[in-house]
Amino acid sequence: MTRIICGALAALPLLAAADDGTLKLTAELSSEARWYVQDAAWPEQSADEVGVSFSLLPELYYAWNRDTSVTVRPFARWDSIDDERSHLDLRELMLQHRFGNFDLRAGVGRVFWGVTESVHLVDIVNQTDLVENPDGEDKLGQPMLSLAWTTDYGSFTGYVLPYFRERTLPGPDARLRAPLPVAIDDAVYESSEEEKHVDAAVRWSLSTSLLDVGLSHFSGTARDPRFEIAPTPDGAVLVPVYDQIEQTGLDLNVVTGGWIWKLEAIHQTNCIEDFTAAAGGFEYTFSAPFGTGWDVGALAEFLWDERGSDSPSPFQRDLFVGTRIAANDVAGTELLAGAIVDTERGGAFGNIEASRRIGNGGKLVVEMRLFMDADEDDPLYFFRRDDYLQLEYIRYF
Amino acid sequence: MKRLPRLDVTLAAALLSVLLANPAAAETPEEKGLAIAQEADRRDEGYEDSAATMQMILRNRQGEEATREIRSRALEVADDGDKSLIIFDEPKDVEGTALLTWSHKVEDDDRWLYLPALKRVKRIAGNNKSGPFMGSEFAFEDLGSQEVEKYTYQYLRDEACGDQTCFVVERYPVDKNSGYTRQVMWIDQTEYRAQKIEFYDRKKSLLKTLEFKDYAQYLDQYWRPARMDMVNHQTGKSTTLLFRDYRFRNGYSDRDFDQASLKTAR
Repeated sequence: MTRIICGALAALPLLAAADDGTLKLTAELSSEARWYVQDAAWPEQSADEVGVSFSLLPELYYAWNRDTSVTVRPFARWDSIDDERSHLDLRELMLQHRFGNFDLRAGVGRVFWGVTESVHLVDIVNQTDLVENPDGEDKLGQPMLSLAWTTDYGSFTGYVLPYFRERTLPGPDARLRAPLPVAIDDAVYESSEEEKHVDAAVRWSLSTSLLDVGLSHFSGTARDPRFEIAPTPDGAVLVPVYDQIEQTGLDLNVVTGGWIWKLEAIHQTNCIEDFTAAAGGFEYTFSAPFGTGWDVGALAEFLWDERGSDSPSPFQRDLFVGTRIAANDVAGTELLAGAIVDTERGGAFGNIEASRRIGNGGKLVVEMRLFMDADEDDPLYFFRRDDYLQLEYIRYF
Repeated sequence: MKRLPRLDVTLAAALLSVLLANPAAAETPEEKGLAIAQEADRRDEGYEDSAATMQMILRNRQGEEATREIRSRALEVADDGDKSLIIFDEPKDVEGTALLTWSHKVEDDDRWLYLPALKRVKRIAGNNKSGPFMGSEFAFEDLGSQEVEKYTYQYLRDEACGDQTCFVVERYPVDKNSGYTRQVMWIDQTEYRAQKIEFYDRKKSLLKTLEFKDYAQYLDQYWRPARMDMVNHQTGKSTTLLFRDYRFRNGYSDRDFDQASLKTAR
């Protein structure tokens, strides 16, 4: 029977042999309209005010038993404006096996490390799928082999990352990019092995009533490219450069009552510089305030980068304040709103995300991003005309 | 030490007691109430671990229904609250989302939420007791591990309940974050199972009534309801929980209730 449903998937004949297994086939189909409020800043950018996009994320999950499973999750998007955003990815093709105090994972997948809301400094295993969303939370599937060992003193995990994925970057037609076009197919690597350089990472993490703490180290190809300007016959372009880096990260939650104190810090060494960056703050949750059934969270984080205004990150001396509201209603209505204010250069990045379930198989998501008064020195200056409002309907199958 | 599939249930278990019927002891109502709760707790000890599948039916005042499918697992922890893991199957937008709770006798529970889209395990505050669970009429504290220590007690009276005789016991939450000032429980005298609970809100008004139905006994000892009906008298909304596939002693360990387990729990 499984063969009939998914004959196209080569993995399946294998699965059909198991009697007690669990098979789940699901899919998310998303339709999205993004309205750019202002005209584009650069002449090559599309004049379309509204971009339309569709994406499909099917998933096959099969568990032989409680300890062994495989997940397959391909992803496809089509976008009306940006050819680079129309893309395919294999988000996940992962075999997971638990035995004794060990967890083994092999394949392509996603690993998340971190605790803060406004930025994700420590999270480094996966490359950002930047064309998906400027918030950088969408990631490309990363080939990996990992083994985790759980002890009374926390969990120790080693990762071997045998292949590197280049960051997806907006094409010439797209918004939310720098003025110069990017030579997307001509990335430069510090390592002569280029994308075949084998990266590695280790992590220790421990969770208790009082705290969640993680300490990690990554050695390999930087996920964040730096950009060098190169002349071409058609004019200057930006060339992505991927250095070899060593990065140590710390992430920490301290939990008391409704308070969760959060800290992420990294120290990175690369061929150009050493630097430290950190983000820290709190989330306080008011439960059921004023007799409502809502959860209302207040969030504040300070974002710091030792390099100051020399940092390629727009967030080097910035303050994030925001709120998360969960109505706890039948429709699962949620709102996350916040702003990151540059305390030195002025300017702010505003963000609102709200979602609500529609029926049993759909969800409506509204997203608004605002780039306000960015200083010319601020990387966000490039996006100053790219405020947008986005409406997305996701259908779950 | 106890409990149920929590999310499960068991509130029921909470109660019980025994003793009671011993006039010679000259117990105070407080002592007798506590003794009933302790006996109910004692009768539920030793279940080791359990799992169940739950369908949650939410009804609004107009009678419109929405359903959720949830699986739950619980691990009995000696000298502390139980650990539980619940996994959402429906609605589909939260499929694969999982909530890990390490409950405690008196202190706030520890909670981690797994968001499958981001592969992120997110710590969430454990002080939320009174908020609704998934838009239902059940609050977190209604579904959590029912530790004896979370309440003080007072025995009120004996009263017929259906074709049985019940102890009627009032209990008062110790935690200031509770949404309730008191709860009145009906506990049957033969098996010390909760049959009904009335919840009184912070304004001391009757807020909700919970009824437990269709009890079945497992492993010749542990009673679990197949159905729980919660009615909110102030909003007219109600929630029904239907439990099936109760399984005990599945060989779970702490490993099945750690942060890594959230990612493989589907």
